Amino acid sequence: MASRSRFPWHILVFILPGFIIYTLFSAWPLLDTMFLSLFKQASSGERVFSGLANYQELLSDPHLSEGFWNALWNNFKFFLVHVLVQNPIGLLLAALLSLKGLHGAKTYRTLIFIPTLLSVVVIGFTWQLILSPLWGITPNFLKSIGLGTWFQPWLGQEHTALLTLALISVWQFVGVPMMLIYASLIAIPDELIDAARVDGASAMRIFWQIKLPLIVPTLGLVTILTFIGNFNAFDLIYAVKGVLAGPNFSTDILGSYFYRTFFGAQSSLGSPTMGATVATVMFLIILMGVMIYFYVVQRRIHRYQL
Amino acid sequence: MRESLLKISLVALVGILGAQAVQAGDLSIESWRVDDQELWEKDLIPAFEKAHPGIKVKFAPTAPTEYNASLNTRLTGGTAGDLITCRPFDVSLELFNKKQLADLNDLEGMKNYSDVAKSAWSTDDGKSTFCVPMASVIHGFLYNKDIFDKLGLKPPATEEEFFKLLETIKTKGEGITPLALGTNDGWEMHQVVYTSIGPNYWKGEEGRKALVTKDAKLTDAQFVAPYEQMAKWAPYMGEGYKAQTYGDSQNLFSLGKAAIYPAGSWDIAFFNKDAEFKMGAFKAPVAKAGDQCYISDHNDMAMGMNPASKNQADAKVFLNWLASKEFAELYANKVTGFFPLANHDIKIEDPVAAEMVSWRKDCKSTIRLNAQILNRGKDDLEAAFWNAGQSVVNGTAKPAEAAAKVQEILAK
Amino acid sequence: MILAKAKQPFNVIAVHIVLLTYTFIALFPVFIILVNAFKSRKAIFNSPLALPNADTFSTIGFEKVLSKADFLLLFGNSLLVTVVSLFFIILFGAMLAWALSEYKFTGRTLLGLFMAIGIMIPIRLGTVSILEIVVALNLVNTRTALILVYIAQGLPMAIFILNEYMSQIPKELKEAARCDDVSEYQIFFSIILPLARPAIATVAVFSMIPIWNDLWFPLILAPGESTRTVTLGIQQFIGQFVTDWNAVLASLTLAVIPILLLYVFFSKQLIRGLTAGAVK
Repeated sequence: MASRSRFPWHILVFILPGFIIYTLFSAWPLLDTMFLSLFKQASSGERVFSGLANYQELLSDPHLSEGFWNALWNNFKFFLVHVLVQNPIGLLLAALLSLKGLHGAKTYRTLIFIPTLLSVVVIGFTWQLILSPLWGITPNFLKSIGLGTWFQPWLGQEHTALLTLALISVWQFVGVPMMLIYASLIAIPDELIDAARVDGASAMRIFWQIKLPLIVPTLGLVTILTFIGNFNAFDLIYAVKGVLAGPNFSTDILGSYFYRTFFGAQSSLGSPTMGATVATVMFLIILMGVMIYFYVVQRRIHRYQL
Repeated sequence: MRESLLKISLVALVGILGAQAVQAGDLSIESWRVDDQELWEKDLIPAFEKAHPGIKVKFAPTAPTEYNASLNTRLTGGTAGDLITCRPFDVSLELFNKKQLADLNDLEGMKNYSDVAKSAWSTDDGKSTFCVPMASVIHGFLYNKDIFDKLGLKPPATEEEFFKLLETIKTKGEGITPLALGTNDGWEMHQVVYTSIGPNYWKGEEGRKALVTKDAKLTDAQFVAPYEQMAKWAPYMGEGYKAQTYGDSQNLFSLGKAAIYPAGSWDIAFFNKDAEFKMGAFKAPVAKAGDQCYISDHNDMAMGMNPASKNQADAKVFLNWLASKEFAELYANKVTGFFPLANHDIKIEDPVAAEMVSWRKDCKSTIRLNAQILNRGKDDLEAAFWNAGQSVVNGTAKPAEAAAKVQEILAK
Repeated sequence: MILAKAKQPFNVIAVHIVLLTYTFIALFPVFIILVNAFKSRKAIFNSPLALPNADTFSTIGFEKVLSKADFLLLFGNSLLVTVVSLFFIILFGAMLAWALSEYKFTGRTLLGLFMAIGIMIPIRLGTVSILEIVVALNLVNTRTALILVYIAQGLPMAIFILNEYMSQIPKELKEAARCDDVSEYQIFFSIILPLARPAIATVAVFSMIPIWNDLWFPLILAPGESTRTVTLGIQQFIGQFVTDWNAVLASLTLAVIPILLLYVFFSKQLIRGLTAGAVK
């Protein structure tokens, strides 16, 4: 037992179990899918190597590219709503919760996180009911505060459906940025804040001048996680609007577009090869976002270290 | 001590890996008819198992929206059931071409079906049939008899009467919504509305075949006209109809809050169960009194066999049973609103369903406009039709524009 | 502390108003579901906001749903799949994270990048290949198939979080142990794992949610009656009872409750995990 073996077996033991499962059930299927994007499938089921032809078709043949660009653009809007609404709300809530001496902070925190736990099956259905023109919760509420004329069938109109869905998604996931930001806020050493407080700084000033600069790295992380999440999103759109992401594709995002190309929708039959192409493009977009984050954003941020 | 934790977990993992499900010799049916699960389990399967002891059958449906995708995946992965419920036309044809549906030409029960009934599940040349036809659906309108009686109304025969009727309900109905219909889901706009009121304009099969042979275009007057009628429906639909789902419409009608429900015959069963009023049905109104009427009588459902099934002999026994009179009778009367396609003489007991079937006598039947051949383009024509209907009723596209857009996709 | 309490540098009432308002927004939809699940069909439609009273109280939805399916079995499946997956995600994830953060070996960066792919691409994109593998291993319609996929799905995020945490563990602790000639396994299991407990709780909550709520893989890999999970079961009920709001709302309620309980169970640890990042 005394002498340690030359070969570091323990490293292998630590790595292998997770590595094997991950490779077999995640990495390999994903790589296999990307590989598939280089083929075309004949109607007989045979696959023929076709190089980048699928990509060319996806990006330039109107019958595919129109839908693709529409989905990509919608996806950006979807992401933008999250950045502009979800993250500021998350920041606000976290800032309030982390105030020293606030009663009930724990309860608030627990309750506000609850929507994040629910499945989209539940959330999609619930919000459809709440916003339903027939069930009357929202129209009656607006009427009772004198804004009855404001009510519109938001989920059913081309110009409002995507925004409504994005806000539902914000409602669901706001707990995540809140928790992450909260964690980094309360990690700020008390001395820093106490010192400022002794100098008579208001809570506002302490937040803007001391806390916020310190949590910029967390905000960066939250943004990139939101980006990844949004460009992978699919379930909510699917649960509420179905595979056609209506009305008139106005709520189509890359996830739902991928689903249609891969599995087919109504009369169109799915194409595994074209689906794989879309999947690969989605991967590249996300990769690009992550690279930008790592090489541009993170380098400029001075990470707060203990 | 601690090291053994790792060992235990690895052993546990291997243990779970080892525990595998047993594949029984039962027949398993793939279907999208989640609504019918109870009927299959309580009536249909027991009837079959009684006639054929020794064969066990399981009905394993997937929600309609996921059916095609998950069935495809399971067929490709080799995990699909023995019996596959077939969607009509190209979706199933494609499966047959990929050898994921077996050729059923030699199945004895096939002799009970006409070529028309088989057409939705045969190759273009008619040489191979791969699914046993089960049911067709008929489109029309359901109405709340109590409301009609109260307002002194009669089912309309012509378009003019129809709109007059809608106007009366709107003005005198005291909050009753004339039409229980919403555009949120989209598919009803095409499958229940456009292809139901349209055949009167394009003369049923005549117009449909002209489209197939490219002698007509969707921009022709007879195909734009139904959209023009639909555009006039919006004022009679419920407030907020743009976010009204299919389920909402059903609720609205079944709770007695709407007078007319553009329907497929499959809806009857639901309303029979839930509605507390008397119900009637009328067919799509014609332009002027005495015109030949056409109805949408669509081959909707069939059943085929998975060629990879390990229980093919049993599966064939089941399929032959599907072709029997016993099944046709059971199905027609238990699953109200699905009409058998076999050449057996069946009496339909439900009065509303019987009314709808009776239209076959006076009117000419046609299938849904784009179901056969037309959908084969590069783009999703069906989806384009849904969007067109939706846009027209939502007022975001003019009838002619909407038709032109679909024609563009059809032409590709 | 006492001083701070005497004079809060912020407006306490305003803060509570904001937080209460948001809590209301967050909980209102859940409230609507729970309340209406216990009302008759007419009452749901006519007064959706009212609490159930003697006239409108009804449990018909639950009766319908519970008579239709063996909910205990559904819960059991979900629970088994979730707990076993979590256990292995945490164990294997911690082992990998430890190897990546502690040992210098060739290909370490490459391995790290390789594991990160899983964060960036949804595993769903590889469904067809996954199914082929599952079929080849004869694991179709088993909970094992789901567990394996979920482990693969959860590992990258677990490694990401744990790695960050483990690299903060003071060197002295490990070096002291190594001087005593304690084996690397013992260092990991008896020093590192216990220290990482808060981070592990974070991983548990963040991995638990998508597993419990997943609809896709149960549908594709294990739709069989004996292996169905709660989420899949609920989805099928909703499909089946689209217009039967009693049954739908009851199903939704039954879907919400267990995850809430699990969350309450983990939430204390979660906060500790999140906040312990700064070893004060």
